[in-house]
Amino acid sequence: MKNDLILQTVTKVVVFIILLFSVSIFFGGHYSPGGGFVGGLLTAAAIVLLLLAYDIKTVAKLIPVDYKLVVATGLLISTLTVAGAMFFDVPMMTHAYQYFDIPILGHTSLHTAVLFDLGVYLVVVGVTMTIIQTIGEDE
Amino acid sequence: MNNLILMPVIWPLLTGIILIFLVKQVRLQKIISMLSSLIAIGISVTVVYQVSQSGSGMLTLAVGSWQAPFGIIIVADMLASLLVLTTTVIGSAVLFYSFNAIGKEREQFYYYPVLQFLLVGVNGAFLTGDIFNLFVFFEVMLMASYVLLVLGGTKKQLRESLKYVIVNVLASAFFVITVAYLYSIVGTLNMAQVGERVAEVNQPGILSVIAISFLVVFGTKGAIFPLYFWLPGAYNAPPIPVMALLGALLTKVGIYSIFRTYTLIFYHDQSFTHTILGVLGLLTIIVGITGALAYWDVKKIIIYNVVIAVGVISFGISLMNVPALTGSIFYLIHDMLIKAALFLLIGIMIKVSGTSDLRKMGGLIQLYPAIAWTFFIAAISLAGIPPFSGFAGKLLILRGAVEAEAYFGLAIILLSSLMVLYSVFRIFMYGFWGKSNPSLSKVNVTKLFIPAVILVVLSVLYGLGTEEIYPYISQAVEILLSPEIYINAVLKE
Repeated sequence: MKNDLILQTVTKVVVFIILLFSVSIFFGGHYSPGGGFVGGLLTAAAIVLLLLAYDIKTVAKLIPVDYKLVVATGLLISTLTVAGAMFFDVPMMTHAYQYFDIPILGHTSLHTAVLFDLGVYLVVVGVTMTIIQTIGEDE
Repeated sequence: MNNLILMPVIWPLLTGIILIFLVKQVRLQKIISMLSSLIAIGISVTVVYQVSQSGSGMLTLAVGSWQAPFGIIIVADMLASLLVLTTTVIGSAVLFYSFNAIGKEREQFYYYPVLQFLLVGVNGAFLTGDIFNLFVFFEVMLMASYVLLVLGGTKKQLRESLKYVIVNVLASAFFVITVAYLYSIVGTLNMAQVGERVAEVNQPGILSVIAISFLVVFGTKGAIFPLYFWLPGAYNAPPIPVMALLGALLTKVGIYSIFRTYTLIFYHDQSFTHTILGVLGLLTIIVGITGALAYWDVKKIIIYNVVIAVGVISFGISLMNVPALTGSIFYLIHDMLIKAALFLLIGIMIKVSGTSDLRKMGGLIQLYPAIAWTFFIAAISLAGIPPFSGFAGKLLILRGAVEAEAYFGLAIILLSSLMVLYSVFRIFMYGFWGKSNPSLSKVNVTKLFIPAVILVVLSVLYGLGTEEIYPYISQAVEILLSPEIYINAVLKE
């Protein structure tokens, strides 16, 4: 068993930076390059770094989710966002936005496209992690 | 605005997603997918009804409220909605058949969700009015078919799906390149606007090149000679219900795309593009017949019959007159129904006799008279014997051939019917007649038999009700032959 002390210590710090960056990329998607896809890939990259520093079992204990269900949840969110437009008597996939005054964030526009993007984000994280985990666990 | 016409895409998508959550509860998966498919039939019947009642003959939906040509347009004309209905019916029949045929191992590995996703892709490809969106739905359909093909992981499936994936990845890449060429010339991806702009410049040489590139792409998906080579192996590998789905739906999406592009966009240089399509269609028929007569394997015989039908319909499209196009659509829908039925029936034959080799079968009619006579009816429908469903389509294609003075093609189609009849009757005579294998004992296959019978009954009704169905089909042909209707309905609303 080799000593991964440096790698593991650095990972503990770096993972949070990567996760923060992925969140920033995800929320900035409407006004700057980025969005659900890249954000999802970055989040997956952070988890992959954890997988490199530790082993599959530890990471599975750390993040106890079934990534296949993450994919399904993402699909469900996106599809419902698309189909939800139907109930407002507009064509499907029509998005809406509104400005809200939110306590900490201030005057902010909330857009339903973010919900769609959230779905994309979850699908990308789920798919990437399912692929990597499945290959990694393969004997 | 008409959200209903997108429902044949959204509904199976939603069902598929919900089924992913229930992947270990096979029973619940079955119940939900059964209910969902019944509702889907209801939805697509409503779509057909509404399209038939609409003034312009078609319904459009500007997805996301972005008007054409800037957004994606969902277009339900009569051709698309009839094909969606046929797809949904076949999907449901295959689903019911799968309940008792596919086995627990596959059921627990996302079989039912993937089946729904396949329907999403096929319905989407029929309904879209945007050429890149068509590509996306092709990929949805193909991804699902890759999974269905390889699911189970037997050696044969692995080998064949590798070939299938390689061929389709190449074809898809070629599709993207062709779309890129088209976009660089006409500057739009909306099919109606592409059609309008191609008509403005009267299709110069470069657009005919693109038309042929599209023929190569859709010909690979739809198995036209000489691009059919991947089909016999690939369709032979998966279990019977998957085979029925692929055989009945996948090649037909390629055919439908040829229908669309060659009637809406590239119809200005017919002596070049449509002649090539017609000649390839006839060669496809000849290749198909050769295969259908050469094999003793029941699966192979039916698979090569898929190839023959692709050839007949391509030839019908290439003639571009009212009877030929009407006939092609009649034949297309008939062929989807009857191929699915035949695959399900030979699946039963293989199950009860334990072999797919005709020389080892025999005498099944003594134990299973109902199955035998159902197969008999399906066989003569396939060949086009008058009261049954294959007749009207072929007759109209022949009339179209006379009108276009394509007597050589006429002769080949007539001869092909004879050969088709011979090939399926060989199954009937060797499989059902003759001495039965004494070691065979009766197996209960009623549950497998019901969906097959439903499909055969539908195809018989389709044949008998030609008179009632004719107005719908001529409504579809009207739009195919005067693309202005399509263009106006999409762009001018």
